[in-house]
Amino acid sequence: MDIVELTVTALAERVRGRQLSAVEVAQAYLARIAELEPTLHAFITVDAEGALAAARALDLRLARGEDVGPLAGVPIALKDIFVTQGLRTTCGSRILADWVPPYEGTPSARLRAAGAVVLGKANMDEFAMGSSNENSAFGVCRNPWDVDRVPGGSSGGSAAAVAGRLCLGALGTDTGGSIRQPAALCGVVGIKPTYGRVSRYGVIAFASSLDQVGPIARTTEDAAALLEVIAGHDPLDATSLPQPVGRYREACRRGVRGLRIGVPAEYFAAGLDPEIETAVRAAIDQLAAQGAEVVDISLPHTKYAIATYYLLCTAEASSNLARYDGVRFGLRAARPRDLRDLYSRTRHDGFGPEVRRRIILGTFALSAGYYDAYYAKGQRVRTLIRQDFSRAFERCDVIVVSTLPIMVFKLGERLDDSLQMYLADIYTISCNLAGLPGLSLPCGFSRQGLPIGLQVLGPPLGEEQVFAVAGSYEQAHDWHRRVPEVRR
Amino acid sequence: MTMAMTMAKTMAKTMAKTMAKTPWEVVIGLEVHVQLATQTKLFCGCSTQFGAPPNTNVCAVCSGQPGVLPVLNAQAITFALKLGLATGGTIRRRSRFARKNYFYPDLPKGYQISQYDEPLVEGGAVEIWYEGQPRSIGLTRIHLEEDAGKNVHLATGAASLVDLNRAGVPLIEVVSEPALRAPEEAAEYMRTLRGIVRALGICDGNLEQGSLRCDANISLRPWGQQALGTKVEVKNINSFRFVQKALEYEIERQGGLLTRGQTIQQETRQWNAEGGRTESMRSKEEAHDYRYFPEPDLPPVMIEEGLIDAVRAALPELPLQRRQRLMEQDGLSEYDATELTRESELTDYYSRAVAAGALPKRVANWMLTELLSRVTDARDVAQAPVAPAGLAELLGLLESGKVSGKLAKEIWAKMWDSGRTALQIATEGGLFQQSDSGAIEQAVRAVVDAHPDRVADYRAGKTKLMGWFVGQVMQATQGKANPQLVNTLLTQLLDG
Amino acid sequence: MKISPEQVQKVGELARLQLSVDETAALAEQLSRLVEHFEQLDELDTAAVEPTSHVLPLGCPERPDVTVASLARELVLSQAPLHEDGYFVVPKIID
Repeated sequence: MDIVELTVTALAERVRGRQLSAVEVAQAYLARIAELEPTLHAFITVDAEGALAAARALDLRLARGEDVGPLAGVPIALKDIFVTQGLRTTCGSRILADWVPPYEGTPSARLRAAGAVVLGKANMDEFAMGSSNENSAFGVCRNPWDVDRVPGGSSGGSAAAVAGRLCLGALGTDTGGSIRQPAALCGVVGIKPTYGRVSRYGVIAFASSLDQVGPIARTTEDAAALLEVIAGHDPLDATSLPQPVGRYREACRRGVRGLRIGVPAEYFAAGLDPEIETAVRAAIDQLAAQGAEVVDISLPHTKYAIATYYLLCTAEASSNLARYDGVRFGLRAARPRDLRDLYSRTRHDGFGPEVRRRIILGTFALSAGYYDAYYAKGQRVRTLIRQDFSRAFERCDVIVVSTLPIMVFKLGERLDDSLQMYLADIYTISCNLAGLPGLSLPCGFSRQGLPIGLQVLGPPLGEEQVFAVAGSYEQAHDWHRRVPEVRR
Repeated sequence: MTMAMTMAKTMAKTMAKTMAKTPWEVVIGLEVHVQLATQTKLFCGCSTQFGAPPNTNVCAVCSGQPGVLPVLNAQAITFALKLGLATGGTIRRRSRFARKNYFYPDLPKGYQISQYDEPLVEGGAVEIWYEGQPRSIGLTRIHLEEDAGKNVHLATGAASLVDLNRAGVPLIEVVSEPALRAPEEAAEYMRTLRGIVRALGICDGNLEQGSLRCDANISLRPWGQQALGTKVEVKNINSFRFVQKALEYEIERQGGLLTRGQTIQQETRQWNAEGGRTESMRSKEEAHDYRYFPEPDLPPVMIEEGLIDAVRAALPELPLQRRQRLMEQDGLSEYDATELTRESELTDYYSRAVAAGALPKRVANWMLTELLSRVTDARDVAQAPVAPAGLAELLGLLESGKVSGKLAKEIWAKMWDSGRTALQIATEGGLFQQSDSGAIEQAVRAVVDAHPDRVADYRAGKTKLMGWFVGQVMQATQGKANPQLVNTLLTQLLDG
Repeated sequence: MKISPEQVQKVGELARLQLSVDETAALAEQLSRLVEHFEQLDELDTAAVEPTSHVLPLGCPERPDVTVASLARELVLSQAPLHEDGYFVVPKIID
């Protein structure tokens, strides 16, 4: 039995049944990390000591006959955006390079309470701003399928760690595709739940009205198991949904018979890589063969999504990032002349170029004289995009599209052109603007052996339908069983 | 004369009075920040207690740590609704929080959570009593927001210190229309507002702790001109006296500039209490651009009809209503009623003493002289060592003639120090007034018989000697004789 | 709309971000391109469209006014680059 090939459920069962100790599991994964981390750089911080201590504590409790929870011994990587008390949390930024938080956030606390073991903090684009992980202040992370290529972003480290078997599951955040896009590029499963489904308390904010937490895992059922633990109402987050959590694992086996799958013409337009289109269309045919009904739908405002998204997310970010001022935590410029100098230099030195660019853009979009033309306009178009989806979901139960229009690109290839980089987010951002659940899972490999992602979108709180479609598709394939051979 | 004519005449008189002073009409609007008396902060569970050691009432949320989120305090909403309903404002069924973005060390998140274009309350008015007239001062809005922390400026050295205990404490901002016309009126408006929020129990009213802080907008314009003059904002004034002084200073300053043909700079100034002047805040002169936008971390606040009804039904009587009632029902003078309704504690004390059977007028007199002279702050009467019923008992003895006014004051002093009742003190000290006409008559006769020469003088027309005779009798009875009876008997004997 | 280096500089001051001359020029060019792309939204008539600030059909939840223990002051100050006598320290504030 290869410990690192066990699924979440199988592993937790063995640990709970004491056929396998949590310490053995942690050691097996820490060994993988020791071997591959120098190449992949999926982590900003590996907490071997903390992981082993947590595993030992679990084993002790299990020996006493205690129930340690459904994720007993499951080794997890947390994107370094999750606030972990006593464990350095950087958000991929120089400005928080040495921040040791005084409190613990809700998603990580729920994972720990369910028996999961945190191995470390995963690499990411600084403040979750980026689609390639190249904006990390702690060095680039590499794609396990081809180490010359990006793992995607912003949860690139999380996806790479899952794909490379450096952890069994990971948490990421998704503001415009930051879970689904790296999951697609690394050939794993990632879901962004309905806005408000998972608490954002203790998740460093990028764009508050769009940010949502979700799991990244190797299979849909693993992702479902993790989501069942982290989802649910949190009184510490006023935007958290009060509805009961769905039965996601069960939904994975429900099948698609009778489900209506919407296929929007706008997502198969010019710009879509032909190899990707072929794989996605084949997946839709496959689902039809499994009993789903395919419906043509239209999402006419899709082409406005990029503009809308970047106006809103940069505006919110410009405000969310105001707290990094060198006073209460984080980096502080040396020998400031005065207060203004302290602020301006701390923030210039602490933030990387992409974060600075977005702060400037967002500040501009909110500033006097431009608010109505930019920010308020974006909010109105956001309504139109939401309405597109409401109308579409009258005719279908889920929407199936590609996760992104292009193949995974090489490190450095797109760094110079932010607009081109932003445009590649076209298939993932509408989902955030409308607050919908969206899942990406592998649906094949290109001729070059690069993973291709299939995206399933559902109506608000339609996670079960989404899992049903993903689970049904996954049963007919073994894409998720392929293990990347990391070439050092 | 019709009512309208009377009013017109009064207005003309007021105008003439003001115009005599200055050729400019003064236009004032106040923004008063009222600190709410909640247990916890607006968006986290930290205590709002005043005076704690620096940075001890601080958590991850109110210190703006990365990743934290605000959760709204229900009581703050109820408190704001109370004031909104008490002032007759319109409650927005859906209101919204917004972020006001600016950098300052006492603002941990780099933005203040406030309300912008969808405040909780719109309209309404504060009724004030000014120069013997009722005046209704219109309100623009009332909204909720969080307070900032405190910067401590060290006189020496190059550093300032930041204490976040106050960061996140709930405030309501009460914005008046530019409806005030004089510094005294502005002070009276603020005083009245303080009375209202105290009566509602939503603010402790401690000015010295900054529980009410005021920004004043003031402009001058020639009489009769419609358009408003250039507005100057004077920031952070925390007492009634300073509001008045700061505005008086501004009228002088702006009037002087205008008279010399100069223009007024639109600017923000601050009140320098030591220097007794306002000063330009040059460092804040840079263009303000707060970049307000809806707070994404808080969904819109939906107020249900049921809550509005419940809050409305539980509204207590407001100071001005109390004042009216005290005048109409109890027959108190305008002065007494005004003074007794300045603080809820005074009105409560008064009402309980009257309920215990004392005469309203006597209670009022006693309280405004004997009671108030014994406390440093009128609000302390709630903890006075003599309870309202105790005062009522003393006033009962006075009323029935059992003790004299002079002795009553002595008894009061003893009650205050010992906590014993008036009856106990009077009985044990033998301080009851003699109203037995036989015994007093004896004393009167004794005095008259002992001073035949004075009697002769009196009868010869020196009627002023009556006071001397009374004094002699009182002395002979150790002050216990009922002075009225003494007077009557003396008159009978001397005149008869 | 073209965004000038002066505008970038002004926005940089609002955002308290020091920007070098080169950076300001580069940002002006990049932002101009982005803003030009954003102006495609002008094609849409949104006069009658309500803005979305929250996707949830939720009202604002409220918590009871009950005190929760604050953080220990050592913890609050532990991450501050500069603190003294229980206070955070900043360069002298001049009003």
